[in-house]
Amino acid sequence: MCQGKIPLNDISVLIGGKAGDGINSAGLTIAQMFNHLGYRVYLYFDYPSLIKGGHNFAIVRASDHKIGAHLETVDFLLALNNDTLAFHTGMMHPATEIIYDAGNATKGIGTPVAVSEILTAENAPSIMGNSAIIGAFAKTAGIQWNVIEEVFGRHLPKETQKNLSVARNAYDVAQTKRVVPGIGPGNLPVITGNEAMGLGLIYGGMDAFISYPMTPTSNLLHFLAEQAPHLPVTVVHPENEIGVIIMALGFAYAGKKTVVGTSGGGFCLMTEGLSFAGQSEIPVVIVVGQRTGPSTGLPTYTGQSELHFVLHAGQGEFPRLVVAPGDAEESYGWAARAVQLAWKYQVPAIILGDKTLLEGTYSFDVKELEGYRPVPEIPGGELVTGQGYGRYRLTGSGISPVAFPGTPGTVVKVSSYTHDEAGLSTEDAGIAMKMAEKRMKKGFSLLEEIDSLEAVRTYGDRSSPVALLVWGSNKGVACEVAGALGLRVIQPVVLSPLPLRQMKEALSGVTRLVSVEDNMEGQLGILLAQHGIVVDDYLLKYNGRPFSVGELREKVMEVLK
Amino acid sequence: MTGRNLITPAQNTWCPGCGNFSLQFALKSVLGELEQSGQSLDDVVLVTGIGCHAKMADYLDVNSFYSLHGRTIPAATGIKLANPELKVICCAGDGDCYAEGLDHLIFAAKRNADITVIIHNNRVYGLTTGQYTPTSPLGFRGRSTPGGTTELPINPLELLLASGATFVARGYTRKMEQLRSLVKEGVLHRGFSFIDVLQICATYNNMTAYYDERVYNLEHHDTSGFEEAFRKAREWDYNGDARIALGLFYQRVMPTYEDRIFAHPPDNTDREKRINEILQEKM
Repeated sequence: MCQGKIPLNDISVLIGGKAGDGINSAGLTIAQMFNHLGYRVYLYFDYPSLIKGGHNFAIVRASDHKIGAHLETVDFLLALNNDTLAFHTGMMHPATEIIYDAGNATKGIGTPVAVSEILTAENAPSIMGNSAIIGAFAKTAGIQWNVIEEVFGRHLPKETQKNLSVARNAYDVAQTKRVVPGIGPGNLPVITGNEAMGLGLIYGGMDAFISYPMTPTSNLLHFLAEQAPHLPVTVVHPENEIGVIIMALGFAYAGKKTVVGTSGGGFCLMTEGLSFAGQSEIPVVIVVGQRTGPSTGLPTYTGQSELHFVLHAGQGEFPRLVVAPGDAEESYGWAARAVQLAWKYQVPAIILGDKTLLEGTYSFDVKELEGYRPVPEIPGGELVTGQGYGRYRLTGSGISPVAFPGTPGTVVKVSSYTHDEAGLSTEDAGIAMKMAEKRMKKGFSLLEEIDSLEAVRTYGDRSSPVALLVWGSNKGVACEVAGALGLRVIQPVVLSPLPLRQMKEALSGVTRLVSVEDNMEGQLGILLAQHGIVVDDYLLKYNGRPFSVGELREKVMEVLK
Repeated sequence: MTGRNLITPAQNTWCPGCGNFSLQFALKSVLGELEQSGQSLDDVVLVTGIGCHAKMADYLDVNSFYSLHGRTIPAATGIKLANPELKVICCAGDGDCYAEGLDHLIFAAKRNADITVIIHNNRVYGLTTGQYTPTSPLGFRGRSTPGGTTELPINPLELLLASGATFVARGYTRKMEQLRSLVKEGVLHRGFSFIDVLQICATYNNMTAYYDERVYNLEHHDTSGFEEAFRKAREWDYNGDARIALGLFYQRVMPTYEDRIFAHPPDNTDREKRINEILQEKM
């Protein structure tokens, strides 16, 4: 991504059907087929908040270089139902190939697939209907049969042979219309943002993950729960989000690096625990997956309206780390760093994701992670245990060397009250001031370390006076638009403590700053304004759907006219 | 660490005559006895909520987690899961645990988490200067209910039995020997131990005479019988005029939450190797 190249090979496929048709897994299968042909892939999954019925669709995009956004048109439209044909006519271009389930959708043009006849002949359940559609698609796109065999073999371990037979029926009948060429052997892992985040947390040393299910981080909980038996990671799903955050603080007090996952609504319940973490200096990492608010909002759609919420949540003043990764690799790298930095500075760390990023699927290139070295762990100074140990010993950096309960001869006291160095409650004015300053000092120490990392990233034409300002998943779409229009992209990955020096460097020579955000207030712009940086134009979207590349390109061209 | 004083230099600010002194004494002597029988106090963690009871964290010189109002149990559960070697004891208030944190209490019982919860049940909010709690009797005149409460109290023993607690007891701060033994048995019980301790609030709710007239010790009581425990628990409903049984109502040995949840590999598992395996599967 962000090389500014116009892709030579760029194919988009939309597959749609009812919830329960297995649309997401069919999309992933198609993404894997492109992956096996050497493409970089990106998948956007759109689904309403229900279990059966409704209209689900996935857009799979494949390109010869890294991508992280969908286009406004598709080259192949695969319809398991009529709604797919009815709702997406606007995404078709004259050469779009339509493939549809002849029993459930009526079109007249394109390739009909006799799904129910094939399923009857193969004695296969209806969920395998999408294998028939995939078979027909593969033939239409000139994809060799061995690619299907390989992908089904690796990724449809249940009843592989039956799925292959179903696909083969449709494959044999369909005609090749537009050939998608193989472009190389470069087969990369294809993972969701949630999975990248989970792997990064594991890499960063997470010992426990605690979460109450909530879209769009439920799949992070599911992924880690599945991995837990193979790893030294305890996964717990407690009674509610208040239980989650307090249980996490208990784990961390006892010496375990602990992470929680939630969305805005769950985070509301966690704010008392967040403030407690700030006061008691117990580290915890909170993954906040943003969706469309306020309140229950659009539960399964995207948004970026929690930036100010996470920056200011919790009573009182205390330092916090807030990071917003923009793709799978950044999710991995910054998840690992968040665990390590929270632990080192004994502060709460928030990883802000959004539905587009967390439930989006990406080709994952480990080569990009070479810069993410583990954060050296040398907290505060020498740990002196035994009698007289002070959990909140005052130090130059503000970080007190930490001991855990069970340490011989050592009493470890943590508290939600203002406390002295030993952790005993106090109302002494002098100590109260010293302890407030101690906590803030940790924030300054953290900022120093943040400044040594790549906390603000730039892409595109770095000499352009026009810059697109983005955070989170909009990185992908903005990079493509900037590439096409010769613009600069500025992406602060760390939002607290704000890496102002790096931000100013990134802005050097910029005369026009355009903020692209999935919210209505321009929350990143407001944050920067507090630091004297003025955004000239805002391109804001707040209907729960991410920008497509063409849509953003047009909006940018409009403001630059 | 042996033979230590167990009392911190923090100034004690409980009112004269407060029932908390009895509980502090009971805890201190139980800890001393446990230490003598080989339990290292380095491995004891005290978790408290917010309220008068919670000052115990400042006063007892053991590891402590001075939590938020109503939030002793999630912290204690996390501490125990993180390090099963630790003995985790919660001191919680009745407003603290039966109002603000009731959901956690029920879940701890349901899970049979191996922690001990002692409720300092003075049936009034002390630190916020005298409002009714979930166990105040109907008609209780507190500062938020000057005309008297209009709701019946909950019966915590009944609730905890129904929730699956495996050790359910009631003590009284003026019955020290029994209180000590209940706390000790509770701490030694493998599983979720719940002890509701009737405690007077010297300033806002002094029920000494009421309790002294009604309390009696459970004798010849079969602690393994759930039905009998339930019947005894319902004898007094925290509201009407009835005899108040003290002692161990129910005890049962069941697998604990920690027993059931620990199935993951040791800490030295090669994380990067596993990450690479997962990534291979995704290719």
